[in-house]
Amino acid sequence: MRAPSATDIAAGEVILAVENVSLGFGGVKALTDVSFDIRKGEVRAIIGPNGAGKTSMLNCINGFYHPTEGRITFKGKTRPKMRPHEAAAGGIARTFQNVALFKGMSTLDNIMAGRTLKMNRSFFWQILRHGPAMDEEIEHRKFVEEIIDFLEIQHIRKVPVGKLPYGLQKRVELGRALAMQPDVLLLDEPMAGMNLEEKEDMCRFILDVSNQYGTTIALIEHDMGVVMDLSDRVVVLEYGRKIADGTPDEVKRDQRVIDAYLGVAH
Amino acid sequence: MFYREAGQYKTTYKADMAVFPLVQDRIGIIAILAIAFIGVPLLASEFIILSVMVPFLVFALAAIGLNILTGYTGLISLGTGAFMGVGAYACYKLTTIFPGVNIIVWIIVSGFFSAAIGVVFGLPSLRIKGFYLAVATLAAQFFLQWCFVRIPWLYNYNASGAIEVPERTLFGIAITGARATPEVRYLVLLSIVVVLAWLASNLVHGRIGRSWMAVRDMDIAAELMGIRLLPTKLLAFAVSSFYCGVAGACMMFLWYGGGEANDAFNVNQSFNVLFMVIIGGLGSLIGSFFGAFFISTLPTILKFGVPAIGIPLTGAFAEHLTHVMVGALIIFFLIVEPHGLARLWQIAKQKLRVWPFPY
Repeated sequence: MRAPSATDIAAGEVILAVENVSLGFGGVKALTDVSFDIRKGEVRAIIGPNGAGKTSMLNCINGFYHPTEGRITFKGKTRPKMRPHEAAAGGIARTFQNVALFKGMSTLDNIMAGRTLKMNRSFFWQILRHGPAMDEEIEHRKFVEEIIDFLEIQHIRKVPVGKLPYGLQKRVELGRALAMQPDVLLLDEPMAGMNLEEKEDMCRFILDVSNQYGTTIALIEHDMGVVMDLSDRVVVLEYGRKIADGTPDEVKRDQRVIDAYLGVAH
Repeated sequence: MFYREAGQYKTTYKADMAVFPLVQDRIGIIAILAIAFIGVPLLASEFIILSVMVPFLVFALAAIGLNILTGYTGLISLGTGAFMGVGAYACYKLTTIFPGVNIIVWIIVSGFFSAAIGVVFGLPSLRIKGFYLAVATLAAQFFLQWCFVRIPWLYNYNASGAIEVPERTLFGIAITGARATPEVRYLVLLSIVVVLAWLASNLVHGRIGRSWMAVRDMDIAAELMGIRLLPTKLLAFAVSSFYCGVAGACMMFLWYGGGEANDAFNVNQSFNVLFMVIIGGLGSLIGSFFGAFFISTLPTILKFGVPAIGIPLTGAFAEHLTHVMVGALIIFFLIVEPHGLARLWQIAKQKLRVWPFPY
């Protein structure tokens, strides 16, 4: 698939729209009246200082939390109480800030688990592991092997992921999300705790995913260099409110963003 | 075990996904099956068959069942004994109501009754986890055990309150009841165990097994993959209880040959099977066999094996000593390898694979 250019994105259709979303836990307001949209094919960064509500925002998008106010429209449909598995069926995949892999399973099984929704052979065939069930398994194995090649993790195919170093775990988690062939991929700090080389690898994979598969990506990241280089548009949150939204260059020059990150003299 | 995978290239994904990808492993499994099906009935004494092999197989089946629930899906259950009981009573009722149908059919079908009960008691698992779920399943244990005693219909209003195993035949050969020979009972049981173990292996290696393990390792991420928690957990409860139910029916009909079922299916039995699963290795089918062998037959072997090599033991002393020895061995194995005998087996295989080099 051809990579969408900047002008395509500017004019592109909105795949996911967040409108006036507020989220509260008792007296704590995690998000207040946040609105932004994600256009098809773009890399959209969500940044902000710690505790700004970035992860809460992602949790709202894929149905772990339900916004107390406002609504989220995905592919033209608004579902007030979307469950996580419904979000998954709709085409939203996600990685977590602190890796949430299936630790006891091999890399291969983890990524295969990402194909669960695409597999539908009945219990009867599953229990025999022959005929249609085996055909299906092989078909999906082929797809998973492509992802393994793409992410360059062939050598750890059969290693339980709990034994892998952190950087590789992050990569496997990306692979598992990609296995779902999502329309929107939510990445929660994909580069946290990585060294420079691992970060560069991860950036390359994210750009490749965006270019090759045309996947829409929403990403939370603290490394500003990465954010400014990768993303088409950036939304900035602080204390649960949106303080800026625009291209990396616009955001970089925004006084409120500078204040939020550097602090202001009182 | 001095073999390596050198030279065995897999050219298809199917070959790579085989449960036993190595030729030597496949030969090994065939050899074990041949010994079990032909060697044991021909060579082993009645005592070995009835006191070692039959209990081992019955508990292996129950341990596979519990391992699916606890080892693969991560849900602790203390209701195993009761689910086994459901299988035994269901089989008893079925064969008294429909005596014409083959008993093997009823042993398998009784598993479905157990599965249904298991699903009902599995419902709380969506909300509660860990120790709390264990306590909830304990309720199943006590409630069902109460039913076994208080509902006379279940034991056909016998004065003794016991299950009386009637004689049932297959091709004219008695397989249950007083006239069934140990060899025949053993072979029927072995066939059931082999088929069900094969089916369990298929299940855990496919999509369903992956869903179970995903729920076990990280339920939040599993939900995000589109795995729905409640159906997945309930399926685990159903399959697990099915295996336990069949194990219970086998226990009554092929091993005990009837008796007061209330003692056989009490909470001690639940703990027994849980220990087998933990010692054998959570999330490992071969571990279920190791664990069942260790817990169910080691006392027998010690009790009769130690005098056989010339150390005299008598009566109660032998009984107590075997308990002490089994207890000590459990502690020893858990310290050496907390992940159970299955992991120990894996490590040993790996060490032998690279021998004489350290790695």
